[in-house]
Amino acid sequence: MTPGASTTEHRFGPYGGRYVPETLITALDELTAAWRDASADPAFAEELRGLLENYAGRPSPLYRAPRVEEAIGAGPVYLKREDLNHTGAHKINNTLGQALLARWMGKRRIIAETGAGQHGVATATVCALFDLECVVYMGTEDVERQALNVYRMELLGAEVRPVDSGSCTLKDATNEAIRDWVTNVRDTHYIIGSVVGPDPFPRMVRDFQAVIGEETRAQLEAAEGRLPGAVVACVGGGSNAMGIFHAFVPFGDVRLVGVEAAGEGLDSGRHSAPLAAGAPGVLHGSLSYLLQDADGQVAPAHSISAGLDYPGVGPEHSWLLDEGRAEYVTVTDDRALAAFHRLSRLEGLIPALESAHAVAHVFEAGAELARHGPVVVCLSGRGDKDVAHVARLSGDRGR
Amino acid sequence: MIDRVPAPTGMSLAQCFARCRAEGRAALIPFLTCGYPDGQQSLELLRGMARSGADIIELGIPFSDPLADGPTIQRSSFQALEGGMTTEGTLEVLRAFRAGHDTPVVLFGYLNPILRYGVDEFARAAAGAGAQGLLLTDVPAGSDPALEERLAAHGLDLIRLIAPTTSPERIALIAGAGAGFLYYISRTGITGARAQLRRALGQEVEAVKQRSAGIPVVVGFGISTPEQAADVAAVADGVVVGSALIDRCEQAGAEGVQEFVAALRGAMQRDGPDPPATSPPTPCPG
Repeated sequence: MTPGASTTEHRFGPYGGRYVPETLITALDELTAAWRDASADPAFAEELRGLLENYAGRPSPLYRAPRVEEAIGAGPVYLKREDLNHTGAHKINNTLGQALLARWMGKRRIIAETGAGQHGVATATVCALFDLECVVYMGTEDVERQALNVYRMELLGAEVRPVDSGSCTLKDATNEAIRDWVTNVRDTHYIIGSVVGPDPFPRMVRDFQAVIGEETRAQLEAAEGRLPGAVVACVGGGSNAMGIFHAFVPFGDVRLVGVEAAGEGLDSGRHSAPLAAGAPGVLHGSLSYLLQDADGQVAPAHSISAGLDYPGVGPEHSWLLDEGRAEYVTVTDDRALAAFHRLSRLEGLIPALESAHAVAHVFEAGAELARHGPVVVCLSGRGDKDVAHVARLSGDRGR
Repeated sequence: MIDRVPAPTGMSLAQCFARCRAEGRAALIPFLTCGYPDGQQSLELLRGMARSGADIIELGIPFSDPLADGPTIQRSSFQALEGGMTTEGTLEVLRAFRAGHDTPVVLFGYLNPILRYGVDEFARAAAGAGAQGLLLTDVPAGSDPALEERLAAHGLDLIRLIAPTTSPERIALIAGAGAGFLYYISRTGITGARAQLRRALGQEVEAVKQRSAGIPVVVGFGISTPEQAADVAAVADGVVVGSALIDRCEQAGAEGVQEFVAALRGAMQRDGPDPPATSPPTPCPG
């Protein structure tokens, strides 16, 4: 019997749950109740809708990419332009929603974890907007790699706390954010950045991100008069993927394709693909696929993209995988980097390295994906943040 | 992995608390991360703790992501893992300790290594190695009932945590699901030595005791001096000291740890009106 099999509360099948220190249980109950009440309040929905429109810039366009179609010899291919949101990625959808919820609960202090800094920037942004105290935990390795985003967060009034334990990356920043929350739980809300963590975070973050799929469905209906044949998105924790998948899960004919980071290759052991190469385990409060060693110690992840550099994945993805409702593939660092360059040249769109993984899969499998209808790729973020990193890598590789 | 010969099992937690109660004092419960500073030395530290007055020992199974722990125990955990300590290795240290001591041992850790080991296999092997209890910081009461049942199916007492944020209704629920003792977290937060304990602690412990259905209530997190241990011992059935011991080990080695345990135990000895035990409690096996 699988752990978690005895209870469906707080779970997706056996996955998810609340594997957290006792101190947090009351806060998770409070958050669940606040989320339930806020969801039922038209004024809350209206305020969030207004902010998404006028502050974040929604709806984001659904752009048909003719030169991508030409390159793969098939179509139609659409890009869902989350890269055009304020702060440059889909992250703002979630941070706006959770900041409103923090205000609803009367919590004036916000904490967050960040890897590449995108979620940290999106959190610092809403904290400036709502005049909330903001502390962002970030691994020292990432602080160094993403110096510009650190400055951006500080510019927005946030305090960035470097974390130098463990692998000094996103996983450890998340540990430290949870430790902070356990310590300051009475006045602090933890804005977790993906569909991970203890319940209700995975479903709450998914619901805040579901606007991506809802818009996509309406936009494609207007453009093509039909549902997509396939929806493709990158998966680290998996929030942009759950966001765009959610509206299509009930339509069994729509292929849902998640793209994990294969790093230097699944065989190398240096990757971030728990769904492809991990096993169910518990990290950061939920049961889900996880990179781990034979002793159950969490294995370090690797990806060229800091946003995918995480050994776990959202529990709903684990469920969609086991149920056969979604399929998950992997793309290596090299292929993602090639797609980063190729999309820039073809469409004048510099994708985030995270999103470049999804784009790479479409370059390779697009003709097959397009056989059953339009292909939609979630362009979850823009690549400005990655330009310096890619320039360095390209130099290293003798370009 | 499973002992084929009957292993010496050690004293039960209930027997231990009965003895402490009869002696009119609270139980001293030092914590040690297994594999810190290395496997052999942690075995020696366990033996030293038992000799210098530990009533129960919490033995930490190291984990890569100890998110309920402060910097001190994190550091000890990473050092143990770097030294090659594993879940199986922890049970081996426990078996070796059990060969010479009947001091009850509670294994303390996180769920994932147990899942990887196999829940049923672990519960059986840990009980066979001589553990009396198991405390998993990321399995709060009721979070996974079937899993919790399986963990307790081979005789381990499943130790439950209660936090200052836990509601009175939930305290009653946890007490109902608890065995061995209830572990009251002295403050919201993670493990780690603190200079001062909160003033309301006595009242809070009393409130937990009223709902604990007779299960002993121990207090831990942040207790770092003999004086603090004595203060807590006055209101609780047991006192857990963890990070402060590891700090001491870093500064003064095994000898320092033994002296510190003895000092804690000495400070907790009530010299008030409690009469000495006239009739011996349930005799200890071994």
